[in-house]
Amino acid sequence: MSIKAQQKPLTLKLFIIGFLTLWMVLAAFPFIWTLWGSFKVEGDFFSKADWAWAMTGRLTKVETGGHFTGQGYQGAWIQEEFWRAAVNSTLVCLFVVTISLTFGTLGGYALSRSTYRYAFWFLIIALIFRALPPITLVSGYLPVFFQFNLWGHLSTAIIVLVAINQPFTLWMLHSFFKNIPKDLDESAMVDGCTRFQAFRHVIIPVMWPGVITTGLFSFLLAYNDFAVTAMILSKENQTMVPKIASFLGTTQTKGNVMFAVASVVSVTAPLFVMIMVFQRQIVSGLTAGAVKG
Amino acid sequence: MKHKTFLWFVLPSSLAMLLFIFFPLISILVQSVYVAHDQVIVTVENCGPFGCTETTMIDQGATEALRREQPLGRFAGVETYLDRGHLAVTEVGRAWDAAQGWRDFGARMLNLPFYKAIFFTLAYTFVVTPLTIVLGFMIAVAVNGAARAIRGPLIFFSLLPMIVTPLVGSLILFWMIDARGIIGSALQEIAGDPSLSVKASTPLMWIMLMVYGVWHASPFAFIVYYAGLQTVNKDTLESAMIDGATRWQRILYVVLPHLLPLTTFIALIQLMDNFRIFEPIVSFAASAHATSLSWAIYNDLGGETRQLSSAAATSVLTVLGVAILLSPVLVRTWRDFGRR
Repeated sequence: MSIKAQQKPLTLKLFIIGFLTLWMVLAAFPFIWTLWGSFKVEGDFFSKADWAWAMTGRLTKVETGGHFTGQGYQGAWIQEEFWRAAVNSTLVCLFVVTISLTFGTLGGYALSRSTYRYAFWFLIIALIFRALPPITLVSGYLPVFFQFNLWGHLSTAIIVLVAINQPFTLWMLHSFFKNIPKDLDESAMVDGCTRFQAFRHVIIPVMWPGVITTGLFSFLLAYNDFAVTAMILSKENQTMVPKIASFLGTTQTKGNVMFAVASVVSVTAPLFVMIMVFQRQIVSGLTAGAVKG
Repeated sequence: MKHKTFLWFVLPSSLAMLLFIFFPLISILVQSVYVAHDQVIVTVENCGPFGCTETTMIDQGATEALRREQPLGRFAGVETYLDRGHLAVTEVGRAWDAAQGWRDFGARMLNLPFYKAIFFTLAYTFVVTPLTIVLGFMIAVAVNGAARAIRGPLIFFSLLPMIVTPLVGSLILFWMIDARGIIGSALQEIAGDPSLSVKASTPLMWIMLMVYGVWHASPFAFIVYYAGLQTVNKDTLESAMIDGATRWQRILYVVLPHLLPLTTFIALIQLMDNFRIFEPIVSFAASAHATSLSWAIYNDLGGETRQLSSAAATSVLTVLGVAILLSPVLVRTWRDFGRR
């Protein structure tokens, strides 16, 4: 593709390079800045005197003797027990992903194979549910959860997140299963399998790429959720994101905003790794819905 | 697939959605037409040697009994919807009578919490969505023009703002625009005003929230467009080139029409997501300057006194808003379906 007419004029090339550099700075710089700053003391990260102190760490040197300090991390993880929130987050994500994928594969498979009209309407209703802001549902949960003493437990949050996750999971898996040829499971059924056996022995072995992609997005939803977890988990069962929000309320006044900075970096790090490992799946997942309409 | 098999397959997920999405919807509808019981107040006459005094006190027992008897509270009809915290019918009427001109009326309306929230939510939705689409498209075209070897890292960094938890992403930005942070100091430098603070200014806060919105959402538009660009018909592009179309004309007449269906998809998803804007307002501590419908519900539910019926009424109104936003899509699907 190096036809002369397709080559870009120099000004356009420069413009593209400039624009991309600008975008890269916009996208990545805030994270690098915060990562760097999380190893400084508050007087440097929020410097009244000179913003450059956040880079050089002048007060950090004065206060702790080194250029970097782990005070923020120590305070957040040990003193404020952020590790507890991390454990809770891990549990919530693990169960939400497993359960919603189990429910979702069954439902998505059925929706992709049914030719009746109700399957279509089922998907439309799921789309409407997907559009509802989760917080609107929370006010519906609270009185019931209080009455039956369900409020505050991790298991309640897990099942609620699974339900909120379902519409999206169903849509995504539905479109993945559509791409698996019908002949595959139908021939198994001709050979005498029941529908479930066909699903079990023919579809399950070939469905993993789609399931992994969907699982990534279920994970993100559970991991990133704030509206539901902040409202229906008790203080000791909090996951990481509401825990950070609670730092803002209490510790900012105590001058321990660095705890929040350190925990923000801690929350972001696993996501970094996730994108690095699963970049291709994430991209294909984002486009799956679009390309098929 | 047989009806019965279908039913068994979709049973778990429909049960989950029925219990935790559909029933809560009913529940907020019901809650919104009830209000909590007032405390039962009794007047007790205390007679002593110096005559009788009347004191009023709360009858704890009777209050408790009443609450247990009717746990939903007192039926109030649309009272909650019409009060000051929601549609504020009386206040709007008063503002209408007292207002001098449209501008004044608008200013008065923005003092009412519900209208303030809905105004910001709509402004945010309809500013951020188009900007996201434009920026996402520009990034997609630029990345598509970059050398193949660096596309991987480019995509990696572009994904960051979208994947990172909204609460965390907006906090990171908020710390940078703090008056003592790097962007905040830069703004002060540019404006030549050392007391400039984003936190104290309503217009600046609005702008920062919208900047965050575009920053957070454009990677999504970028990825979708980028995938679309890979499937542009090369032959059409080449024939356009032979016909003498300039680079710009090729984008305008070949690439854009190809990407149009994707734009509808992105716009739909973005409208739904931007309408629920919530976390940035918490992170930016922006509630004095900008509130959204979701934030209003959160605010009612949190705190010492959980105002359940107020939150429920706002939720119902939000759901109606979502329904209105979605209605073009639903009507179109309905028509398409009828044609089949």
